[in-house]
Amino acid sequence: MLQIKNLHASVEDKDILKGIDLHVKPGEVHAIMGPNGSGKSTFASVIAGNEDFDVTQGDVLLDGEDINELDPEERAHKGIFLSFQYPVEIPGVTVTNFIKTAINETRKAQGMEDMPAGEMLKKIKEKADLLDIDRKFLSRSLNEGFSGGEKKRNEIFQMAMMEPKLAILDETDSGLDIDALKIVANGVNKLRSPENAVIVITHYQRLLDYIVPDFVHVLLDGKIVKSGTKELAYELEEKGYDWIKEEVKA
Amino acid sequence: MSLKDKLISSYLAFEDYLQEDSPIHELRNHAIKNFETKGFPSKKEEAWKYTSLNSLLKEDYSIFPKQESSIEFKDVKKYFLHEVDTYKIVFVDGVYSSFLSSTTHEGMDICLLSAALSKDKYKPVIETYFNKVAKEESLTSLNTAFAKEGAYIYIPNHKEVEKPVEIVNFYTGSEAALMLQPRNLVVVGENAHIQIIERHQSLSGNPVLTNSVTEIFAEKRAYIDYYKIQNDLPSASLIDSTYIKQERDSVCSVHTFSFGGKLIRNNLNYYQYGEHCDSILKGITILEDKQHVDHNTLVHHIAPNCESHQDYKGIFDDRSTGVFNGKVYVEKDAQKLDAFQQNNNILISDKATINAKPQLEIFADDVKCSHGCTIGQLDEDAMFYLRSRGIGKKEARALLMYAFANNVLESVKIPELKKRINLLIAKKIGVSLGFDL
Repeated sequence: MLQIKNLHASVEDKDILKGIDLHVKPGEVHAIMGPNGSGKSTFASVIAGNEDFDVTQGDVLLDGEDINELDPEERAHKGIFLSFQYPVEIPGVTVTNFIKTAINETRKAQGMEDMPAGEMLKKIKEKADLLDIDRKFLSRSLNEGFSGGEKKRNEIFQMAMMEPKLAILDETDSGLDIDALKIVANGVNKLRSPENAVIVITHYQRLLDYIVPDFVHVLLDGKIVKSGTKELAYELEEKGYDWIKEEVKA
Repeated sequence: MSLKDKLISSYLAFEDYLQEDSPIHELRNHAIKNFETKGFPSKKEEAWKYTSLNSLLKEDYSIFPKQESSIEFKDVKKYFLHEVDTYKIVFVDGVYSSFLSSTTHEGMDICLLSAALSKDKYKPVIETYFNKVAKEESLTSLNTAFAKEGAYIYIPNHKEVEKPVEIVNFYTGSEAALMLQPRNLVVVGENAHIQIIERHQSLSGNPVLTNSVTEIFAEKRAYIDYYKIQNDLPSASLIDSTYIKQERDSVCSVHTFSFGGKLIRNNLNYYQYGEHCDSILKGITILEDKQHVDHNTLVHHIAPNCESHQDYKGIFDDRSTGVFNGKVYVEKDAQKLDAFQQNNNILISDKATINAKPQLEIFADDVKCSHGCTIGQLDEDAMFYLRSRGIGKKEARALLMYAFANNVLESVKIPELKKRINLLIAKKIGVSLGFDL
């Protein structure tokens, strides 16, 4: 589904990603772990098409198609979803109106009619229930005055509504208490299918107890230096990142 | 002949033609002299530093329309808040249109100034209020000299006006160029409530320059909401001077929506004479092309324990220019004051300009005054967030602009008007926002 070959990216001439290779197949969950400043969030942003970063080398293929030149909205229309680490506050636009706009804009791009209002409401209700979201929450301004946990839950709600092919969760666990973490992880798990894939970007192993990865990759200084299965995550939790840094040096 | 000379010589002819308004005749003579001395304001004056009237003054305006024009309601229906029942005071080329209006004298007066100036029974009100809060600024004096028509609203004590009042000035383009001098007088008695919507609308591409003056008197515990819709054609210019005198415990809000017109200058002046007054000044300005809007506000705090809240938002595209000059003046007796001023601007184009100048002059020592001013572009992170949800660049921009302007709309108390302004904003930004407004 997603094939990344030798990806290099920079911001203001500073190299951040220095040659990443990654292959994600349908139905898989990949975790990308790494210390602060290793390039995790940049990686997520670049895949979603953030124009702040320049891709200087390499290819990003989605179902065999090169998406490097596509705008963020075009990538969204093709089924890429990024759950933001820091979702933006949009006063005056309610959660419901925002998601309606997002879904109908995507449908328009795919040559489809607007989703009928009844169907939209039903879906909103169903996904809100899945994530234990209060109805009142849906008529609040998007992310305005939301707690950290509410913001993250709202991100996963949007993901549930958009039903992406490839979801990238950027530090979705930060700012969540254990109960909220379970609800969010449960929501993500219910959305998994043999057709879609998830990339979980995280600092800690905690989230991976609930969203169990098929593969774990360690990102260090803009490169994937080690890949393994979920056991690698436990090892990192226990020993930190220093031993990998030593290993890379050697 | 310059416009100033033309106006002064026209005044002599005008004076002959005015027989009926003796109560203000002397005021007029005094006012024209003041205008003659001061002339039109120029950029040399601090308050006019960023707004030049020069290009407007070159036109050869008719001072009085030569003929009466009539218009059909169906052609102008969209300019009214037609979804709800309202009182209407409508002028076509400066002349009252009884056909389009819906006035009343039942328990209050919602009618025309010309009637109030000519009939004896209104004389006490005219003598008590007319030109009593307006200042001797040259353009206001020019209006006083020529003002013959406008809205006259007198609401007695304890009266709650159940319907909004619409004051609409149409300009048909019957003259090659026309200068209008509408004059409104609004007196709201103790504990009386009213909502007013004012609009100036040109119906042709012929130039029009409107020099409007409105005086508003809020007696004790009066509650006034005033909405100004400025969404005129690129051939129309407006100088709007509004003077508000507030007595104790009164609340007066003015919302100014500036979306269209060639040049707009708003002089909005509040004078708080009694304790516990609240003055609310809000504005949304969305400009494009070469439009120019200048908001010049003054809140003059005289009495203690009062509040004032100013919140102006501006979005400027193309080569448009905006000015925000907000002054808060606190006299030494105006203690325990809470004055707040906020002005936020977004420049969409590199060629757009905003000149923002907050001014605080404080002579009391126990007050809370705050002001904030920002000028920036649309937030790139927010753009990426919206686009990553499949929302295209244009829609995303619109959504952010909408969100930026939105909190000013929250205080609009007439739901149909709020909806109307929302639609105007959506149209102005040039996209359908894709959700229920």
